[in-house]
Amino acid sequence: MTSDRQAAPAGGRIELRSVTKRYGRERVVDAVSALIQPGEFFSLLGPSGSGKTTTLMMIAGFADIDEGSVWVDAQDLSSSPPQRRGFGMVFQNYAIFPHLDVFENVAFPLRARRLPEAEIRTRVQAALELVRLDRFADRFSRQLSGGQQQRVAIARAIVFQPRVVLMDEPLGALDKNLRYQMQVEIKQIQRRLGMTVVYVTHDQEEAMNMSDRIAIMNNGRIEQVGEPAFIYENPSNEFVARFLGEANLVKGVVDSVDGPFGLLRLASGQRLRARVAASSAWQAGEAASFFIRPERLVLISDAQAPAHETQTEQLRGKVLRTSFLGNILRHDVEVDDAAVMTVDEPNASGRAPVAAGDRVCIAWRSQDAVFLKA
Amino acid sequence: MRPLPTYVAIAGLLLLAPIAIVIVLAFGDQSALKFPPDSYGLRWFTAFFADSRWQKALRSSLLVASLSCLISTALGFMAAYAMVRGRFGAKKLMLSMLLMPMIIPHVITAIAMYFVTAPLKLVGQPLWIALCHAVVSLPIVLLILLSSLQGVDVNLERAALSLGSSRLGMFRRVVIPLAWPGIVSAALFAFLASFDELVISLFLAGVRAETLPVRIWNSLHLQVEPIIAAVSAFLIGVTALVLLLDVTIRRSRQLMIKLPAGDAR
Amino acid sequence: MASKRAVADGSWLIAPALALLVLGFIGPMVLFFARTLISQGGLPELAALVTKVVTSEAVTTALIKTQWIALLVTLAVLLISYPLAYYMANRSGLKFTLVLFCIIVPYFTSIIVRTYAWMVLLGRNGLINQTLTSLGWITEPLELLYTETAVVIGMVYVLLPYMVLTLYAAMKSIDPSLMRAARGLGAGPFYVFRRVYFPLSLHGVISGSLIVFILAIGFFITPALMGGPSDVMIAMLIERAVEITLDWPGAAVMSLVLLAVTLALYAVYYRVTDVRRMMGA
Repeated sequence: MTSDRQAAPAGGRIELRSVTKRYGRERVVDAVSALIQPGEFFSLLGPSGSGKTTTLMMIAGFADIDEGSVWVDAQDLSSSPPQRRGFGMVFQNYAIFPHLDVFENVAFPLRARRLPEAEIRTRVQAALELVRLDRFADRFSRQLSGGQQQRVAIARAIVFQPRVVLMDEPLGALDKNLRYQMQVEIKQIQRRLGMTVVYVTHDQEEAMNMSDRIAIMNNGRIEQVGEPAFIYENPSNEFVARFLGEANLVKGVVDSVDGPFGLLRLASGQRLRARVAASSAWQAGEAASFFIRPERLVLISDAQAPAHETQTEQLRGKVLRTSFLGNILRHDVEVDDAAVMTVDEPNASGRAPVAAGDRVCIAWRSQDAVFLKA
Repeated sequence: MRPLPTYVAIAGLLLLAPIAIVIVLAFGDQSALKFPPDSYGLRWFTAFFADSRWQKALRSSLLVASLSCLISTALGFMAAYAMVRGRFGAKKLMLSMLLMPMIIPHVITAIAMYFVTAPLKLVGQPLWIALCHAVVSLPIVLLILLSSLQGVDVNLERAALSLGSSRLGMFRRVVIPLAWPGIVSAALFAFLASFDELVISLFLAGVRAETLPVRIWNSLHLQVEPIIAAVSAFLIGVTALVLLLDVTIRRSRQLMIKLPAGDAR
Repeated sequence: MASKRAVADGSWLIAPALALLVLGFIGPMVLFFARTLISQGGLPELAALVTKVVTSEAVTTALIKTQWIALLVTLAVLLISYPLAYYMANRSGLKFTLVLFCIIVPYFTSIIVRTYAWMVLLGRNGLINQTLTSLGWITEPLELLYTETAVVIGMVYVLLPYMVLTLYAAMKSIDPSLMRAARGLGAGPFYVFRRVYFPLSLHGVISGSLIVFILAIGFFITPALMGGPSDVMIAMLIERAVEITLDWPGAAVMSLVLLAVTLALYAVYYRVTDVRRMMGA
């Protein structure tokens, strides 16, 4: 083995060049390309079957690449076996060696690299302290909780200072509160050690919380790549819009475009004003969807609303139901052309009560809404 | 349901009785078989261990069984791993083929083997006999190891590789330790299968490599003498020892895995 | 573009086992059958040989005897095993372990030892005769050994575990709440058994019977040691053809017949257990 010692994580630039995987005639990963910067926390987010785990497996070397290539720091690793790639890996079911104690688990990669005993001890100790398990060194996996096992897995994956760490839905088996805690911890560790992380998850909150950039995948393709805040407010299509959170999508036809803004005409004749993505070209008459997040909508009671029918940042409607979700109130409002829009209101004290059947007006700022291609 | 337990008790006793009787007879001290024996002693065991021809047969059996066990377990382990982790078509077909010796009547297998053994002058050649025994013990070994290896999480292998272990290292440090009870079990049963094998040995052993079961067979055709009882008791002892070893090793492994969760929090 | 193979998955590891199979099993089988049968000359000669062997008195008698004994053995094994398996399927802990012990120990004991044990019991100076004589029930020792009955007893003793374990597995999968439901509907215990339990255990009965029958027709050691001159099973004839008369072609033909029947029955067995597995799923 030539790669005896891993270099300190300078490096970790990953390039996926049109990577494809086929099972029979079906393309489970279809010409996926991406450029991940060194030290970036990059998530592959998507529903099950989207190809995200398969893509990760190809980066790791556990799945053959049918077309395309994987380059890391200007080296084509596509034909390299997993044990030569030098990536740390964390699995959803932890994959802690049950016949070795915690210390030996974390020491495993160091022993494989034949490091001297003293150095192994120092490094394992440091790694265990990083995940706050230093007092558990002689325990076995069956004596650990899920969260503790996952931390052992993380310690094990970083102890040999890899330039890249791959994580396959590592927090999926943990309960909600623990998951949030672990997200923060993982992010802190990554920040401290500076390695590139490629993180697979189906949980959009998790991805947005932890990532520098997210790639949303669907049916083997990348739908959109970008920073969490950006793609949340500017999804490129309906799928991305719905996947990242609650989304209001109203279908209509492009009426006119004027610089960064445009008008959408609904079936009822009402026109809605929103931003248009600068990257797309829009033509009048083209089918499009009006998109806005529920938390960007404001409810005004009918009495307070202006009477103009030509309002472009308002819609009239009738409240269908209100759901209490703890920190927010969710109103489902039927708007005039028989579409239903969701309005999220923070559960603040002093807000005006709204009941089912009330006639209301929904208002927004035009820069908070976007047109999406149909 | 009173009659059922009574029936089961009688049936159980009848099942154990023949074996028990052989053991008791083996410890008898007379020159003729009598049950119960008038006096007890180790006379026939001493005779067994002193007789050069019986001892030759015992050594032959031990040699062949050890070789056969090694061959069968090693090849069976590799084949089982290939079946569990490998990706190739015709897996079902290959498995059926490997299990075929279990299905075909031993006589036919034996004479087919003899058909090629005689011209090749391999009669009485221990390694060849061991190979032929391995063929018929491979199915059991395969079945045990298939089950055992299926219980090893594939992510553990992936983890080992991702952490920089070579494939050989992965086997040595992860797969084999975790599959160990199954491997020992398979080896023990492969040994036993070869040790007890009669039909194939009948044809292939000749005089040179006469194994214990073959010697018993030859002796039984002549006369039912008490020394055979001692040899049989010895064989029963070997069987019991193998079964005991198997249970013990499985139990100790299970205890290791099932340690109660300590004050983990 | 060719796919980039990074994954060495160890498929080749099956090769040594396959090599052993070819070397020690498939090769000899093919050579044995091909050489002996082809050495007859052409197809007509072959057909003549087959006819001669199959219609010979020795073979026909042996085939009938074999099937008869196998049938007897299967029946006896079934009747003895059924209550045993039922007991095991409905008990746990010590009781279960004890019965299992009684099944397992003979199962793993060498067949030659098991056969010897029965020879000791049934012989002229054997245990049973000694006991009966000392009890005064008989004056002359009974000819128990070297009879068809002895062969059946010996084979039953060897094949019992197969049936018990098969039946046990089948019975274990029967849902006890069905029995309770039937009783709750007012059915008596015998009726419940006849109409509910036994039909549910039937696939185990069939599987077990097939296995025992298949194993029985190939038996050689027990009938050879415990049977009389007229108790000749087909496997014994095959052995004699090779060891004594050196009639390899005859042995090949008889082996083919036995093999054909065995494989045909296995096909049935495979079908039966597969279908049931699907239905039970």
